[in-house]
Amino acid sequence: MTTTPTAPAATPAARARALLRSPILLSILGALLLGSVMLLGAGGNPIEAYAAMVDGAFGSTQWRNTLIVAVPVVGMALAVAVPLRAGVVNLGGEGQIVLGGITAAVVAATVDLPMPLSLVAALSAGALAGGLLGTIPAVLENRLGVPLLVSSLLLSYPVVALASYVVRFPLRDPGTGLPQSRVFEEAYRMPVLFGIGLSAVVLAVVIALVVQVDSRTPFGYEVRLTGHNRRFTEYAGVDVPRMVTRLMFTGGGIAGLIGAMVVTSVPYRYIDGALVVPGYTWTGLLAALLARANPLGAVAAGVFFAALQVGGFGMERETEVPRELSSILQATVIVILAATVAATARRARTRKDTAVSERPSSPEGGAVRTRTGTTSAGEVDS
Amino acid sequence: MNVLTELVDLSLIPSILRALTPVLLAALGGAICAKAGVFNVGLEGFMLVGAFAAVAGSWFTGSAWVGVLAAVLAGAGMAALLAIASVKYGGDEIIVGIALNLLAVGLTAFLLRTVFGRQGTFTEPTLQGLPTIAGQTPLTYLAWLLVPVLAVFLRRHVWGFRLQGVGEAPEAARSLGVDTVKYRYGAVLASGVLCGLAGAQLSLGNVVLFSQNMTAGRGWVAVVAVLLAQAAPFGVLLAALLFATAEALGFRLQGVGLPSQLASATPYVLTLIALIVASVRARRVLGRAPGEVPSEDRPPVENPAASTHVSRE
Repeated sequence: MTTTPTAPAATPAARARALLRSPILLSILGALLLGSVMLLGAGGNPIEAYAAMVDGAFGSTQWRNTLIVAVPVVGMALAVAVPLRAGVVNLGGEGQIVLGGITAAVVAATVDLPMPLSLVAALSAGALAGGLLGTIPAVLENRLGVPLLVSSLLLSYPVVALASYVVRFPLRDPGTGLPQSRVFEEAYRMPVLFGIGLSAVVLAVVIALVVQVDSRTPFGYEVRLTGHNRRFTEYAGVDVPRMVTRLMFTGGGIAGLIGAMVVTSVPYRYIDGALVVPGYTWTGLLAALLARANPLGAVAAGVFFAALQVGGFGMERETEVPRELSSILQATVIVILAATVAATARRARTRKDTAVSERPSSPEGGAVRTRTGTTSAGEVDS
Repeated sequence: MNVLTELVDLSLIPSILRALTPVLLAALGGAICAKAGVFNVGLEGFMLVGAFAAVAGSWFTGSAWVGVLAAVLAGAGMAALLAIASVKYGGDEIIVGIALNLLAVGLTAFLLRTVFGRQGTFTEPTLQGLPTIAGQTPLTYLAWLLVPVLAVFLRRHVWGFRLQGVGEAPEAARSLGVDTVKYRYGAVLASGVLCGLAGAQLSLGNVVLFSQNMTAGRGWVAVVAVLLAQAAPFGVLLAALLFATAEALGFRLQGVGLPSQLASATPYVLTLIALIVASVRARRVLGRAPGEVPSEDRPPVENPAASTHVSRE
């Protein structure tokens, strides 16, 4: 999946060596090592704990849970990865997933439609709401110069508060004491086909679309180019602000769609906090960072982090080590990755300075440009 | 009129001051980093770890001051991670900062369960909080004192000059023999110390307990305060004051019937509005976005909106 720009894999052995030197693998190993230290500190046995984690994620009955959690996590990873591909950090996922969910819930509670239409209406309303919410920070940045990073995050607070209000008052199920909506009508329940939820199928379509646009269209190429070097792309005549708006609409739309799909799945009602407490947004964000915004990579990283999350519950059951270890591992991977990628790039630059006759670096071996500039060069595979 | 008198009276001032201290301390830390050319978005995480360490220190020794010391050390420890990953190895500071914020959430929840055996919240009647002088903790007075001290330091002290030089023109600073890496390390560690104090104020001053994710976005508000004030200490104070007033008013609004869900969002909405207003004005007056802090290794970007962090040309 990954090759370093300085050492292209020619032979299988070289490929294996390159993989071993891959910053992603190194970061995961580093995080597991640090996790072991924490486990020892907490009086646990690292090997037992990790084994319980793997079993908890992929054991005979557990892999189904992993799949259920993987859908929202992968979706939220894409919601971040799509704009991040152009170097735009979308921190507003929480507001976007919640707005998508509450919008779908309002549609389900108020609009009377027959079966396929009902779900189409609820999901597209959720996606549209999330997309429009994602557009606001983009427009604020393009038109007024308000930093998108911060405005996207700050917007989430009122949106989450509003959703919480809606489900506690107008939409509340008076039959229970809990802040939750009534159970939706039959028409607003995502069906399960052949043991796979329709949500997973919808998500697969979204993944295919994102990958297709990313790798096969001029727009996708421009987005990647912007990620490598925004200024260059602007000089080349690309309307980058407009691109940012479209990417944020897409990212927010995916988040909104995920919110709508979670709400219309079991237990078929909007429960206050159900989209926030499991931390889908932040796990997805870390997965997108691990994949360095590559869409297929984000899917793989999302599944991996979802497995870590679900495995954490298994570990807690078996070894009494708190499941929060999973979050620690995820965040640690990213800290180490950011440092090792930058250090590798720096070393590569120094090497290039001393030996000028290196072959030209491929356009794909560029960098994920974040809002601060190009720091992380290296393996963005496409 | 009745509603207004119920909302605004003299007793609002102490609650504003209490809400102000953590944000102000964290924002001053962020300002020091910004001056040194480091855009620090990890304030939230540093503060959260500080809040936990303060409670742990106070609980195990029975002294709130040991708690404050623990908070300072823990905040600095988190900051050291940012310094190593970003200043030393050149990792993207925004990515590392965000990851550290999430690490702090996981780490404090993990430790809450392993150290205290609790989930969600830890509080005990015997847990020692900070003493108060005229209703405010010493940390509040310290925070206010730090504003002029930092302003004078940046304007009058040679280290302050060099720190700003490292931020504004790192190449020039280096050619004059200033160790830019050392100054950035210092700035990041200082922000960790200040965020540790901010966390201690939250968990041993405003309340005497630790609860999961109790910083609740205050670190991000501090980031906005730094952007609004372009890292000037007195400007940071004003921006933080705006947030604190909104937070205190938000509590009052609940008292007059606004649902608590909506009232709790007031400070964030107001912060966002302030950011928008400041951005529009900065654009009109100066032709650039707020919070521009120049730094090395970053190509100048034509569109000021292109980055939260562009070099000044």
